[in-house]
Amino acid sequence: MDILNKTAEEVASIARSGEVSVKEIAEQMINAIKQKDSKIKAFIHIDFDAVIKRAEELDTKKDKSGVLFGVPIAIKDNMNMKNTETTAGSKILSGYTSPYDATVVEKLKNAGALIVGKTNMDEFAMGSSTENSAFFNTHNPVNPEYVPGGSSGGSAAAVKANEVIASLGSDTGGSIREPAAFCGVTGLKPTYGRVSRYGLIAFASSLDQIGPFGKTVKDTAIMLNAIAGFDPRDETSVQTEKEDFTALIGKNIKGKKIGVIKEVQDFKLQEEVKNSFNDTVKALQNAGAVVEEVSIPHLKYALPVYYIIAPAEASANLARFDGVRYGLRVEGKDLKETYEKTRTEGFGTEVKRRILIGTFTLSAGYYDAYYLKASKVRRLISNDFEKAFSKVDALVLPTTSTTAFKLGSITNPLQMYMNDIFTIPISLAGLPAISIPTGTDKKGLPIGMQLVGKWFAEKELLQIAYTVEQELGGKNGI
Amino acid sequence: MEYKPTIGLEIHVQLATKTKIFCGCSTEFGAEPNTNVCPVCLGLPGALPVLNEKVVEYGTKLGLALNMRINKTSTFYRKNYFYPDLPKGYQITQYSIPIASEGFLEVKTSKGKKKIRILRGHIEEDSGKSIHTGDITESEYSYIDFNRSGVPLMEIVTYPDIETAEEAYEFLVLLRKTVRYLGVSSGDMEKGALRCDVNISVSKGETLGTKVEIKNLNSFRSVRRALEFEINRQIETLKKGGKIVQETRHLDERTGETKPMRTKEELNDYRYFPEPDLPPLTLTDEYIEKIKETIPELPNEKEERFIKEYGISEDYAHEIAASIEVAEYFEEAAKLTGKPKEVSNYLMVNIMKFINENGKSIKEITFGAKEFKELLDLIDSKTISKNIAKSVLEESLSSGKTPSQIVEEKGLKQITDTGEIEKVIDEVIKENPKPVSQYLEGKKQVMGFLIGQIMKKTRGKANPKIASKILIEKLNALK
Repeated sequence: MDILNKTAEEVASIARSGEVSVKEIAEQMINAIKQKDSKIKAFIHIDFDAVIKRAEELDTKKDKSGVLFGVPIAIKDNMNMKNTETTAGSKILSGYTSPYDATVVEKLKNAGALIVGKTNMDEFAMGSSTENSAFFNTHNPVNPEYVPGGSSGGSAAAVKANEVIASLGSDTGGSIREPAAFCGVTGLKPTYGRVSRYGLIAFASSLDQIGPFGKTVKDTAIMLNAIAGFDPRDETSVQTEKEDFTALIGKNIKGKKIGVIKEVQDFKLQEEVKNSFNDTVKALQNAGAVVEEVSIPHLKYALPVYYIIAPAEASANLARFDGVRYGLRVEGKDLKETYEKTRTEGFGTEVKRRILIGTFTLSAGYYDAYYLKASKVRRLISNDFEKAFSKVDALVLPTTSTTAFKLGSITNPLQMYMNDIFTIPISLAGLPAISIPTGTDKKGLPIGMQLVGKWFAEKELLQIAYTVEQELGGKNGI
Repeated sequence: MEYKPTIGLEIHVQLATKTKIFCGCSTEFGAEPNTNVCPVCLGLPGALPVLNEKVVEYGTKLGLALNMRINKTSTFYRKNYFYPDLPKGYQITQYSIPIASEGFLEVKTSKGKKKIRILRGHIEEDSGKSIHTGDITESEYSYIDFNRSGVPLMEIVTYPDIETAEEAYEFLVLLRKTVRYLGVSSGDMEKGALRCDVNISVSKGETLGTKVEIKNLNSFRSVRRALEFEINRQIETLKKGGKIVQETRHLDERTGETKPMRTKEELNDYRYFPEPDLPPLTLTDEYIEKIKETIPELPNEKEERFIKEYGISEDYAHEIAASIEVAEYFEEAAKLTGKPKEVSNYLMVNIMKFINENGKSIKEITFGAKEFKELLDLIDSKTISKNIAKSVLEESLSSGKTPSQIVEEKGLKQITDTGEIEKVIDEVIKENPKPVSQYLEGKKQVMGFLIGQIMKKTRGKANPKIASKILIEKLNALK
């Protein structure tokens, strides 16, 4: 049986029944990867022998009840996995083998998942095209001349190319949603605090959140079931009652109120994206939802606020990469020169740019004008959303204003930052959001729409997203 | 006009929790290097801090004991700087709102009592320890031990209220007593559980002089010496028309002089910002109340009560209250015997001498309140003399036997049987005709000699009062 086209839900049930062994599933996936990945280049590290060994172990297991039993899953390379190279796409961690498992890795293992390998990403998750990987570019499976988006480009591409059934990415300002939109898969960024960050190499700690990519809305819900939950090792993870995120899937959304953000109309959208947005609104209305306009007055400040807060946190988070204890070390004549040489050679241009920005905005005399002010505006943005959500159950807006662009076509960093204009405000507020494929442009490139839910209301968000997915034509993109 | 020193202290108190501030690693001192470590305290990629509740408890306790306000919401910040023993490249500490603010300690000095105000107390993590293979500037390579990385500290910052080396010294001594009373720190300066930096300037009049910092003072004596030297150095420099340079100095333990640190002076910008990995620390009134209830009577209070309640001398009260164990020992014995003055005497003279000479703690000795009562009862009942009591006490301390056991075994029971004493006195009178006749001639001083002879014959067991009474009677009868 060919399992490559199946959903996580289907693969788990096949593996559980014993119809196909996990080893056979693994072999099919490995063949697919061997066949396709020289072109897509979604993976940075993959150990086929280890995958087979793990599959065999799963086959001998008596308890096959895990929600992801036997499901091949890829994880972004910024998540620690014991005895596995973990580089976060950076030369400075090249060859670094992690001594411990991230909480999400533990949880995936507990759910019976078959973790296949580590996927390519923009260095330390800083980027929107995966072109900032220190190692190589990843290609969009829809058209290899185009970027897969980023920073979780490898994880999105691996799912789209049917190299794995589902994957994990991390989203700081759009790093799950944007590649999901560019590749035509479903990507969910949970509420900040929903999924433990323990073992996720930090970019911007107050924004980073791990989330799943899947072929369907339901698959992302199943993935979230496996990875969500309070973790005593992460003080920012939130204690909530255990829920089944698939519980409302398939229930009708009659009477649900969906907000359309007035200020989004101030931004120029690619024609097809605009049309697909209108289609999505119609689909929601067809399903009985009431669509109304809401206002997020501070929306336009989101990008500058983000590019103060995220680099500031990053400048501290990346200080530990100094060549003293692990990773790359380039010896200098003294300690200071060793620091300088190591970090000069170890970090790429975009990472250096953000470290510099962050160091500057936190400096004495600038802190109040930049970091402190940005933190206050962040609060205002959050308040705007809170107000909007007092009127509506969810928001709908495009994930990106355009479809994917060609590799190498954007060289201006500011222009690159603009890709995340619709995802960043949601990240600043810590809200859950999902990007689902809603159409394609003239060139056949996928278009993604973003649905945003209330804080910790992933269940309702997934219910609404599922309805749109069904209305617009089903699984695995269009 | 005289030059007046202005001194402020920054003291790092190592909190005596079993595990580190942000991970479950042991805080044990002296373990094999790099054995008490994990991804969190090594700053490995992806690891996150989780605040140890015991650190909050100890911090709150110490804050309250230093008469500070406990802030119901305090925040953690990152203090950014590069150093090899700082694994994350930043230290997690508190900044704008620490756990405790605005307190004081009242110290006793030779000039009387003085209140020294405390500005703040914040909790933070310690760094690892760099071990250089020689001089720091020439050493080819260094070792780093991360066992200390993440050990909890509370930094206490005083106002610049201190004016003499003695006040600084007494403040530190009282702080150490306090942390030991509370059980929140060992207070051992030699083990780094208490580390002191001082800021000092001298000036005439209101405008403060240029501030000099003296770092890494690791004993009480060092603090005193460094300050005495530095006050003098600054005054002498100014008197000669010189200028004080703002700098960091250290104490040369060999010469007792302070010297500028050899490290390059760089302008540090720590780029503090709120730690995004830790939510603000919030404490309820109930929590703070509960901690307050666990605070024992503190050294100064105890000292005053001992003077009032037991009528012991101020000096003894001060010394006894210096340690909670000694104070508890004293109080138990004082209560049981009803003779606090005697207890304080024996305790401070004989028992403390034994403890110091044998390197023991008061908890280790078997001579407790019960034995104290036995000893004092033996004196009361005239079974032994005060002189004999001292040797019984010493014997009991070293052998662990009870006082009555010792008296019994060694036959130290005082002779109060007048018949027996009379016999000895008769002998002494007979054997010492010369002193006897001297006495009869009016030389009363020979009494001491004759009593001595009686004691010699009875090996100290004769009751001296009875003996001298009978002796006088017998001598008078010879007239």
